[in-house]
Amino acid sequence: MEHHDFETDGLWRSFLTLLHVAIVLVLLGLVFALSEKTINEYLNRPTFSKEHLEESLRKRGIARAVERQDDWGLIENGIHVKTGLKNDENLQLIISSCTSCHSAKLITQNRATRSGWRQMIEWMQATQGLPDLGQAEPKILDYLAKHYAPEQIGRRANLNMAEIEWYILNLEETE
Amino acid sequence: MNLERRKFIRYSILVSLGSAVGVPVVYANNLPEGLDLVGLKEDLITKFPGKSDAMTVLNDRPINMETPAHLLNDDLTANDLFFVRNNGLPPHKVDVNSWTLTIEGESAKTKKVYTIEELKSKFETVSYQLTLECGGNGRKEFNPPAKGNQWSTGAVGCAKWTGVRLKDVLSDVGVKSNAVYLGYYGADTHLSGDASKDPISRGVPISKAMEDESMIAWSMNDRDLPKLNGYPLRLVFGGFPASCSGKWLEKIVIRDQVHDGQKMKGSSYRTPCSPVPPGAKVEDKDMCIIENMPVKSLITYPRTGATIKVDQELPLAGHAWTSANEITKVEYSIDFGMNWTTCKLDPSANKYSWQNFSTKVRFPEPGYYEVWARATDIDQNTQPILLPGWNPKGYLNNACHRIAVKIEA
Repeated sequence: MEHHDFETDGLWRSFLTLLHVAIVLVLLGLVFALSEKTINEYLNRPTFSKEHLEESLRKRGIARAVERQDDWGLIENGIHVKTGLKNDENLQLIISSCTSCHSAKLITQNRATRSGWRQMIEWMQATQGLPDLGQAEPKILDYLAKHYAPEQIGRRANLNMAEIEWYILNLEETE
Repeated sequence: MNLERRKFIRYSILVSLGSAVGVPVVYANNLPEGLDLVGLKEDLITKFPGKSDAMTVLNDRPINMETPAHLLNDDLTANDLFFVRNNGLPPHKVDVNSWTLTIEGESAKTKKVYTIEELKSKFETVSYQLTLECGGNGRKEFNPPAKGNQWSTGAVGCAKWTGVRLKDVLSDVGVKSNAVYLGYYGADTHLSGDASKDPISRGVPISKAMEDESMIAWSMNDRDLPKLNGYPLRLVFGGFPASCSGKWLEKIVIRDQVHDGQKMKGSSYRTPCSPVPPGAKVEDKDMCIIENMPVKSLITYPRTGATIKVDQELPLAGHAWTSANEITKVEYSIDFGMNWTTCKLDPSANKYSWQNFSTKVRFPEPGYYEVWARATDIDQNTQPILLPGWNPKGYLNNACHRIAVKIEA
């Protein structure tokens, strides 16, 4: 009897062991099934598409710039939107001569007489590798001296009233 | 568009994308090379790495941006609000572990090369609050106009810089008794893409280099230097034009003559040795290098254009700075300079730190007013109301700052 009992006991133990292994396998399978989606998502994660990039840029609030990139020649109120340069018949010449090396902002924020602009061109030729502009130079100088000439502001200009954004200062918070 | 520029633009977009979608730049690196960022044009980069959208961009190539006055109101200028004056293109790949600083030159006793880790372990780490101001800050107001970035008032900031004293490192290398000047070279590249050209290589007299507050810094306000402000290593000299404080610092040369690197000659960072009338043509030989920056102040609260009631008091606040030991007085005027009233002035954290001033202002009757501020330093230097001496490149404008205020009944 004891011998028989022993055998039954052994079989029972084997069965329990098998059951444990099966449970572990099922659990592993479940874990895999649950994470397969994540793993596949990782393996098949989207590469950067145009849409993805634009969406990211849009999130950063620069959608206007993205939309505007097609409007290369757009002129608004006499200003070439793309560069901020004033529009006239020499605009394209200015764009091609100047903006391949530096920002158009370097033109639009500066003011000089014709000779002052010539000095800047000479400086760029002497130090920055600008080639001789040939017959284009007088046209470029015409454009710059016409649109970006100095204003007579005296020893100190008034505060620019047009630039000031008036606002009600809320003093409740600070008091 | 040359290759370096492409790389930089690509890099800037990757960096901003990285922060936009909350993933590290390594993710953006998966972007296939050939995609060319869907043909993005350079003007699409309206965001700059590590910088606030509130900055005023004067130039995007090279990057130059200033801070609106009312955003400089904090005691220390935040990293994303600190102005940027770049002469070339910042390095697009920085490996902080392999970055080295070489010190050599005619007047160096030996040549030494340090990693950043070696600088940190070998020398005492120090922190100072130092004001940096571009020599051309305020250029916009000069008449006849001066060429260059038309800075208004915001090419200035004061941060807590952490690093080592330059003099400690120079002493470790050994400075010969004939040393005159110190020059720097950075890892930024010339706009033309020409690798043989330095965008800028300036420096300071050896006496300035040996001051306690002259630093080699790796940290700004307890964080890494912003990419556009010289990450991972830069010089910081308070009181001198900020162009002396070389960024992306790779090499220092100890010279036996005045350093002759890029932007040390001609009209760059130089003013007439003797005063000239506005618009004068000045020969190179008559131009002298700018050293100490003048006393100056800025109203940072309120923003210009404030409107209040006549029975209200206007809180006024700002900063004042000087290359002298300290600011001793800040005054304001609401009647175009006829009467001046003294403001409360905080002490300086250390030499070359800006000092805060504040007060409350009452206005006698409704109308249009300008609030002007004027600082005086311990050497009795003060600020002019009109523009100071005209110079060909429009440097050193320390005319008093003005804001407009409207008082209603």
